[in-house]
Amino acid sequence: MNAIIISALMGVLMMFTSIITSNKQVIKNVALIALLFLLVGNIVDTYNIFSIKVDTKGMLSFGKFGLYFNTLIIAATTIFVLLSGNEIVKTGDYAADYFALIFFVLCGIAILSSFNNLLMMFLGVEIMSIPLYILTGSAKKNLKSNEASLKYFLMGAFSTGIMLMGIALMYGATGSFGIQAIKLVDNELSFTKVMQTPLLEVIGLLLVYAAMLFKVSAAPFHFWAPDVYDGAPSAFASFMATIVKAAGFIALINLFFLKAVELHYLWKMVTVLVIITTLIIGNITAVFQQSVKRMLAYSSIAHAGFMMFALYAQNDIAKEGILIYTVAYSLATIGLFAILAKMDDYSLEGYNGMAKTQPLLAFANAIFLLSLAGIPLTVGFFAKYYMLAAVLKFSGGFGLFLTITGVVFAAVSVYYYFRVLQAMYFKEGDAKVADVTVGFKLGLMLCIAAIIFFGIFPDVLLAWFYF
Amino acid sequence: MPIQYYIYLALALFCIGIVGVLTRRNAIIVFMCIELMLNAVNLLLVAFSQMHQNAVYATNKVTSAGIEGQLFVFFIMVVAAAEVSVGLAIIVMLYRNTRSVDINFLNRLKN
Repeated sequence: MNAIIISALMGVLMMFTSIITSNKQVIKNVALIALLFLLVGNIVDTYNIFSIKVDTKGMLSFGKFGLYFNTLIIAATTIFVLLSGNEIVKTGDYAADYFALIFFVLCGIAILSSFNNLLMMFLGVEIMSIPLYILTGSAKKNLKSNEASLKYFLMGAFSTGIMLMGIALMYGATGSFGIQAIKLVDNELSFTKVMQTPLLEVIGLLLVYAAMLFKVSAAPFHFWAPDVYDGAPSAFASFMATIVKAAGFIALINLFFLKAVELHYLWKMVTVLVIITTLIIGNITAVFQQSVKRMLAYSSIAHAGFMMFALYAQNDIAKEGILIYTVAYSLATIGLFAILAKMDDYSLEGYNGMAKTQPLLAFANAIFLLSLAGIPLTVGFFAKYYMLAAVLKFSGGFGLFLTITGVVFAAVSVYYYFRVLQAMYFKEGDAKVADVTVGFKLGLMLCIAAIIFFGIFPDVLLAWFYF
Repeated sequence: MPIQYYIYLALALFCIGIVGVLTRRNAIIVFMCIELMLNAVNLLLVAFSQMHQNAVYATNKVTSAGIEGQLFVFFIMVVAAAEVSVGLAIIVMLYRNTRSVDINFLNRLKN
């Protein structure tokens, strides 16, 4: 409960900060301190040292998995503010409000990681999404940002409508909004029992699934993602592509680790189809992009495909995998976007010769790209490894087929990541990068160190999970 | 009245909303269609709520079964209001910059 309450309070606090001071650096530092406070609050909750107790009538349940996921998300947000804080305050005149909105998004995420009732899921998704519509349009004079914001808003509201329809149908079939797992006789799932699931509930679950796929930008509901990430201010695009996407997956896992049984074969077939189309569309389209920002948008779709593996496998390795994938993907993408925001030219040519002009930034970019591509010694390798292991462990079905597809598309992704590497190291040119502060460089070093450290000792991450 | 009538009405409203979102080109009308979808869901939830209550009422006269559905409707209304405020602000912002609320404008983002 700590994370939900403290993040909402900190959001209000940030709004009041703008009354007291208009100094953007002060506002950024207040936000950082508030984030650290939130992080400590959540860790204290995880270890049962101090937690605010509220009787939620069973609508929220705080398991170790959700709390630990919160910790990772808040830590990733802290790194995001450390690296991109200056871009955030430069977006417009209302620096404090952007941070307030970020805290409200975190509040929504904390609800999503702990809901036990469809009402709370709906509220969590909305608390997470509505601030994002505003953040996307925060560059008010920029037409591209306006367009992205309107597009994201209309599509988001549409998917909310679909999700509500699904929830209503499920309510009609079962008479409650609670998420109870189907009771198994002798732990054996008999086919007839599964087939007794009312048709209304099946349709409802599929509608909710579609709406959540929209939120995580998996195919065939991905079409908004490239435009919105491209149009939104770079700093907020990285926030949306990493932290919010991971939160969408936690919501999917919370709901469908319990409910997927009721869909049985239908669930597996739909999920496999979604995974394959997401991987194909994300990876193949990314190959043809000339703008690095757009390429990252498509690569985020491709990574959504990999994270979907956890939904297919539905075992403990999948849970561990999604935690590692969150860390790997967030660290690398936040870093890449932070450097991208400092560049003049977002196209591939803009990166030409970066290794000569800015060796440290080029090196950081290289590590981030290697991690996204899943090269060993970076945490990205173990992220993909856990996902594939989870699917292989899942006996029967499409396990082997999915694994092979995953490996093939991981190889495809190497191509477009390495094009950026090639531009930086082997092409002549003078990449123009805005001046970077010492703090920014330290933040990048921290990211690199974390990626390599967790790449060599991934169990450290999981040891905290199982403490 | 049987529950089916309510379900058909709600589904019809919902489909009108979906068709409107997909075919209309004016941002405000698209937005109204989305609201129509949400209200169709509200109607459906209230109908289901009554249905679940009736099912229990025959045996238990003081039941609170089905009350959740009606509670959910209030939450949908609150969230819809929040969405309206944000959405209209976005549309006004767009109108200030372009003097139009046409959705076709959105196609410019594609490269």
